[in-house]
Amino acid sequence: MKILFGDNQFFGVNHMSEDKARAQAIKFQDLEAVMEMLDVAYGDGIRAFMCTTHERLKDICDYVRAQPRRYGELEFLPCMPYAHKYANAVTELGLLGALKSFLPEDGAVGAAMRGGLAFARKDIESLAGLLIDAEMKVFHGLNTPIIFLQNVMTDLLLGMGMKDVFRMFADHVQKRYGAEPGFITMNLPRLLDALEGCGIDNPIICSSINKAGFRMCGGIAAYEEAIADRRFRPIAMSVLASGAIPPAEAIAYVCSQPRIESIVFGASTPANLREVKALIEQGTA
Amino acid sequence: MLRIAVIGLGKMGLSHYAIVNTHPNVKLVAVCDASEYVLSVLAKHAGVSTFVDYRKLLASEELDAVVVATPSSTHVEIVRAALEAGLHVFCEKPFCLGAEVGFQLADQAEAAKRVNQVGYHYRFIGVFHELKRLLDCKTIGKVHHVRAEAFGPVVLRPKIITWRSKKIEGGGCLHDYASHAIDLLNYLLGPPQSVRGTLFGRLYSQDVEDEVYATFNYGNGATGTLAANWSDESTRKMSMKISLWGANGRVVADRQELFVYLRRTEGLPTNFRKGWNVIRTMDVTSPVWFYLRGEEYSAQIGHFVDAITSGHAITRSTFRSAAETQVVIDSMIRDAESAVARELGWAARSQPQEAGLRSLASPCPRPESPAAVR
Repeated sequence: MKILFGDNQFFGVNHMSEDKARAQAIKFQDLEAVMEMLDVAYGDGIRAFMCTTHERLKDICDYVRAQPRRYGELEFLPCMPYAHKYANAVTELGLLGALKSFLPEDGAVGAAMRGGLAFARKDIESLAGLLIDAEMKVFHGLNTPIIFLQNVMTDLLLGMGMKDVFRMFADHVQKRYGAEPGFITMNLPRLLDALEGCGIDNPIICSSINKAGFRMCGGIAAYEEAIADRRFRPIAMSVLASGAIPPAEAIAYVCSQPRIESIVFGASTPANLREVKALIEQGTA
Repeated sequence: MLRIAVIGLGKMGLSHYAIVNTHPNVKLVAVCDASEYVLSVLAKHAGVSTFVDYRKLLASEELDAVVVATPSSTHVEIVRAALEAGLHVFCEKPFCLGAEVGFQLADQAEAAKRVNQVGYHYRFIGVFHELKRLLDCKTIGKVHHVRAEAFGPVVLRPKIITWRSKKIEGGGCLHDYASHAIDLLNYLLGPPQSVRGTLFGRLYSQDVEDEVYATFNYGNGATGTLAANWSDESTRKMSMKISLWGANGRVVADRQELFVYLRRTEGLPTNFRKGWNVIRTMDVTSPVWFYLRGEEYSAQIGHFVDAITSGHAITRSTFRSAAETQVVIDSMIRDAESAVARELGWAARSQPQEAGLRSLASPCPRPESPAAVR
């Protein structure tokens, strides 16, 4: 079982408590505090950092890039886009305005798009590519073996039936970055159907998998069936349901599921990190 | 299968589109938006019929219901036309930019026996719905004060020009943001009898308010205060908090947790204890068929669909209740314009002597001195 280190705690995201979210936002205000925690994880052998393309990520990337020897094995697994950034922009600027605002300022294509030319050609594929490139800029020179489409975007496209865009995303991250595409979702069974339908074979899918059935849309039974029977590479997130399930019970459940290759979790203290890590190692021993 | 169309494809419209489109008993038939580019992309990649003009949509598609998610100032004409076409209507909040026309639309929908709902989705958040249940069961006893707070990062810099920044189009913190808190208070306690002390403040916006404060009187000894600010970047997204004091205890609720302090538990279900009780969102949130950004967005659409299929039921957030919310909003605007503040007359009082005692109050710390926080 591979352990991926998550980033919710760094950016004040907690699905169970606003007080906890604020406490974590305060704790990790400074880059130092974030790097201290990442160093603990790295020192304990966790090599993958799954991170949303939050604006604060730039400092983390710069820090790591500056010390290539120290972080030689660190993998970044970007999750894009950071949904609130886009949602706020859509509220502010409208859908088209928001898209334009995220396009690069340099380059003929970007300029043409801002002028509406590419929009007129309805070239959504090149638009998607430009948006991905804009989000990937911060990772230049770093190792990004998997690039994830973040759940609000995955599930919005899924709900709207725009599965072509999954294909475009997959093609672009493979061709341009040599990375594997990953998809984060709250609607696993439905997403599996959609990805199968657009020919994305054996996809990497990160979804809530926990004993409480929390944020497992379609129901825990459908998830268990999918994990047992369908061809995909599952990554479990929300395994602790933001602290609602005791760690031992939570990890035992996930480890009892067949074929789960990785677990992503965030921790805000070394003790918490080591507790969960030890449980995972026990559970898969 | 119900046949539904979505009119308006902004942030909420796109979200409704995805949720309606996945509902097992609904066929999303068509969408309508002013942006032809957005429509052409959808036609090509999502395979849905598209319209630029909602009148053409209503005239040419066979529909049971519409979801209206256009800018607020256009709601009245579109909702009216949809009702005239015999459709059930879900309309985004705020419903109308004036209570009277809201009540007219409520009358029209009720006379035509059409299911009507407004997208005040806080009524569908598990914790707040549970709080409503506790209040209805008198768990907290007679309520004497409530405080509603809504803070979040919508407008964080000047010179953003959209319909949300224009008063005439229903922009501003009052209509766009505080309306959720006002509607939630109405849902929990019923509308207030009077409002006073309404204050609007501008932080960045030119034409509209960025913060709203008011006091409500519920006419039975209960009072309430409201604070809303859409220019608060300290929260990641909108944070809504209700604090409430009753004869039998106190409640603090946000979307994730419900804390209930009870003085006595006699006559209450046995799972309540004296002192603090904690109810978590996952204990009171029902699963939905499709998840996007929060269960409540699906729950409200599911509720609307159920109301239609179960024989035209009254919804949890009707046109009428939304018009009542608008009554409160309209009254706040009048209160802010007309209220007379009580001057305290400091200028008439004597000033401290220059040569008198030295002030011990410390000056602001210099930038290089250690921060007092930490």
